[in-house]
Amino acid sequence: MFWGNRKTLKMNYFPDEVLEHVFDFISSHKDRNSVSLVCKSWYKIERYSRQRVFIGNCYSISPERLIARFPGLKSLTLKGMPHFADFNLVPHDWGGFVYPWIKALAKSRIGLEELRLKRMVVSDESLELLSKSFLNFKSLVLVSCEGFTTDGLAAIAANCRFLRELDLQENEVDDHRGHWLSSFPESCTSLVSLNFACLKGEINLGAIERLVARSPNLKSLRLNRAVPFDTLQKLLMQAPQLVDLGTGNFVHDPSSEAYNKLKSAIQRCKSIRSLSGFLEVAPHCMSAIYPICANLTFLNLSYAPGLHGNDLTKLIQHCRKLQRLWILDCIGDKGLGVVASTCKELQELRVFPSDLIGAGNAAVTEEGLVHISAGCPKLNSLLYFCQQMTNAALITVAKNCPNFIRFRLCILDPQKPDPVTNQALDEGFGAIVQSCKGLKRLSLSGLLTDQVFLYIGMYAEQLEMLSIAFAGDSDKGMLYVLNGCKKLRKLEIRDCPFGNEALLEDVGKYETMRSLWMSSCEVTLGGCKTLAEKMPSLSVEIINEIEQMEFSLDDMQKVEKMYLYRTLVGHRKDAPEFVWIL
Amino acid sequence: MESGCSKNGEACPQFLDLIPQQRDWHVKREDERRHGSSEEKKLELRLGPPGEDNWSIKEATKNNTRERDESLLLLGYFSSMKSNGKQTHKLPTPEDHPVGSALSTPWTKIHQHNHQQQTQPQSFLQFPSTSPQSLLVAAKESSQPCCTKAVDFQNAEKKAFSPPANTAVPSNSSQKRTAPGPVVGWPPVRSFRKNLASGSSSKPASETPSVVPHKVANEKPATQPSGKGLLVKINMDGVPIGRKVDLRAYDSYEKLSTAVDELFRGLLAAQRDSFAGGTENKQEEEKVVMGLLDGSGEYTLVYEDNEGDRMLVGDVPWHMFVSTVKRLRVLKRSELSALSLGSSKQRKIPA
Repeated sequence: MFWGNRKTLKMNYFPDEVLEHVFDFISSHKDRNSVSLVCKSWYKIERYSRQRVFIGNCYSISPERLIARFPGLKSLTLKGMPHFADFNLVPHDWGGFVYPWIKALAKSRIGLEELRLKRMVVSDESLELLSKSFLNFKSLVLVSCEGFTTDGLAAIAANCRFLRELDLQENEVDDHRGHWLSSFPESCTSLVSLNFACLKGEINLGAIERLVARSPNLKSLRLNRAVPFDTLQKLLMQAPQLVDLGTGNFVHDPSSEAYNKLKSAIQRCKSIRSLSGFLEVAPHCMSAIYPICANLTFLNLSYAPGLHGNDLTKLIQHCRKLQRLWILDCIGDKGLGVVASTCKELQELRVFPSDLIGAGNAAVTEEGLVHISAGCPKLNSLLYFCQQMTNAALITVAKNCPNFIRFRLCILDPQKPDPVTNQALDEGFGAIVQSCKGLKRLSLSGLLTDQVFLYIGMYAEQLEMLSIAFAGDSDKGMLYVLNGCKKLRKLEIRDCPFGNEALLEDVGKYETMRSLWMSSCEVTLGGCKTLAEKMPSLSVEIINEIEQMEFSLDDMQKVEKMYLYRTLVGHRKDAPEFVWIL
Repeated sequence: MESGCSKNGEACPQFLDLIPQQRDWHVKREDERRHGSSEEKKLELRLGPPGEDNWSIKEATKNNTRERDESLLLLGYFSSMKSNGKQTHKLPTPEDHPVGSALSTPWTKIHQHNHQQQTQPQSFLQFPSTSPQSLLVAAKESSQPCCTKAVDFQNAEKKAFSPPANTAVPSNSSQKRTAPGPVVGWPPVRSFRKNLASGSSSKPASETPSVVPHKVANEKPATQPSGKGLLVKINMDGVPIGRKVDLRAYDSYEKLSTAVDELFRGLLAAQRDSFAGGTENKQEEEKVVMGLLDGSGEYTLVYEDNEGDRMLVGDVPWHMFVSTVKRLRVLKRSELSALSLGSSKQRKIPA
């Protein structure tokens, strides 16, 4: 009888397999983590059935513990360097090496099938080891990584017999221009996704043509700028089933034969929903893609500075179903107006700066954003680099779009006030956090006082990640945030007047967060030391690129860069000389 | 949150409800302003004499806090600026600057612009005062699609300006973070995107320069300089077919210029004949390509050097030019301003 005594009915009357089956429906990492905390038996069942693990900070846990807990692991996501590394604030060689992970996994019995890395250092040796250690390896996704060359890619191509996905996004790859593409054996026909847009060197055009021809399942193909126009046409002829296309070089003569061929090839690609690339392009070339615009849901023109306002708007007018748009600010405010009136389904907009040397090219202002907010009520994710912003505009945007999950505003001139009223942008951002109750990620810019942080602390209840630069007046600002945002996981601050008082007020808070970055603030060495003493579960790193000698003696000295994170495995052993772990 | 508020003794409840259901916020905001002004006055007093390096904005805004009366004028000024197509809000166009200024850092450019933007209002203080009404009108004009939504704000503005607007209050502790030069890591874009304005991908200097093949008719990588004969490709705007010149055959820029003239005259003629039906005046063509070097003609000569940069021909001594040139291009002068010359890693513009 397996029902047991009704009075003391316990959950473990279900056999493990049943619970496992139930847990199969729970896919989100957070939920699975919660499930594992319910009771010992759920913990056990969950850990044996867990296939996908996400580790947001590779130094928070060790590969050995990962392997011990999740023997059924198939897919691992790892993140290394802190976010500000993207903007050159973290020196090279800081860390984030993937090799120890691959080595440990290779030694174990884990049948790894998928590896997704972000901001990690990936060597050719790790790629080679990876390619040889896991028979069923299917998917490699590298985002903003560095340290490898095309030789490592050749190893992956050659040895991963069932490779489905090789996705390289914005990595720094040393391109030896070898024939890595030719390393895919003739027997490899399993590719579903291939993205090498970030590679800078030439590739073997014949090899890519043959590879695409023998990959009937290929759904996503993103080429680099070395792939010329007529090769693109041949590839499209071979792969009309593509869903996601990234063009390489898109320059051609519209009166040429190649152009006509491409037009007809594109017209056969009725499944393309996502379009990117255009790494080399001229305005007159874009008409070739008009036939597929009507069905596009994602369009990324953010690497195409050759297209100006009018060209962009002409194109966008064909794209009524767009949900995500990444574009350069040469589109201008008027262009954004066209987006607003055309793309009613828009959920995500990213407007990148095209002109970082101040040559006076078109940029966007608050007007463009207000147009978008008025026309695109479904907007929930924004990254917007602009010349200026006003409180009024932000208030309007907040009213029009209460659904923001991600709101990242970057006014190119730091500490720039509202140009109309000359005030800080506290009220505007305050309106955003008050209106957007689901806001999870926020980046601030412009002139900001402590007031904005008060608003954030009060209203941004779901906020998980906050990026602050050149803002605030005193420790109060940081305290408002730390006290108020209960769900805060990542806080990154640069050039703000926050010091030890704010840092040390509630040291336990940092255990509830993934990490805290503070650079060019008022925090001193003494403050960091105190924190490290009080919280052994944190790793407090001081990144110091100047001479260490004088630095180490004076507790009153301000710390240039501090990065702290919670960890279960103590201080890392691979820190370079310029990183001092307290 | 609440504990934080009560500690400070600020009127926290006033700050609630920024976007009220029934526009109560506008009233509350006014209350908050009045109430908050004492706090802000305190902050104002804290503004000591500025340190060495301050943003021009900071100085200007400090001035503005003392000159509240003029804030209304400022608003009028900015609104009229806005309705004039916002030219003054944009960075200066390339035409305003000599080519060399393209080399200045993003930071100093924006910095200079702020100087302009902030000092101008003060010189306009003599203008007849424009009331908040004009601001409202301007706001309506300049933001058509959202004008109904902007109505709320207009009311807020009216109320907000009846007590003199408290302007921004930067604290003096921020002096530490004001840097005089380019700011590291700002704006926060990945290096991949950094050089897009110049049109190329960002190549770290350590990488071996890769040859980028083009799909423009006939373009192939330029030949390497050898002992004798230095053949470089030369293309001209509007002419899909390029030529090659042997730089060793000339010993000065003038001779090169003449040779380029001759090279393309024929091609241009052939093109015009095929397009226009052969009624072109030969003399006109000949004039067209002259003046390549002195900036007087319709075209100008540029070259790409061994670092991948696009440079104006004629700046360096001839022998230095010959040793660094990789390819030549004849551009229409009108297109010159659209390029940023001299910045690193230029993208080749397709013909």
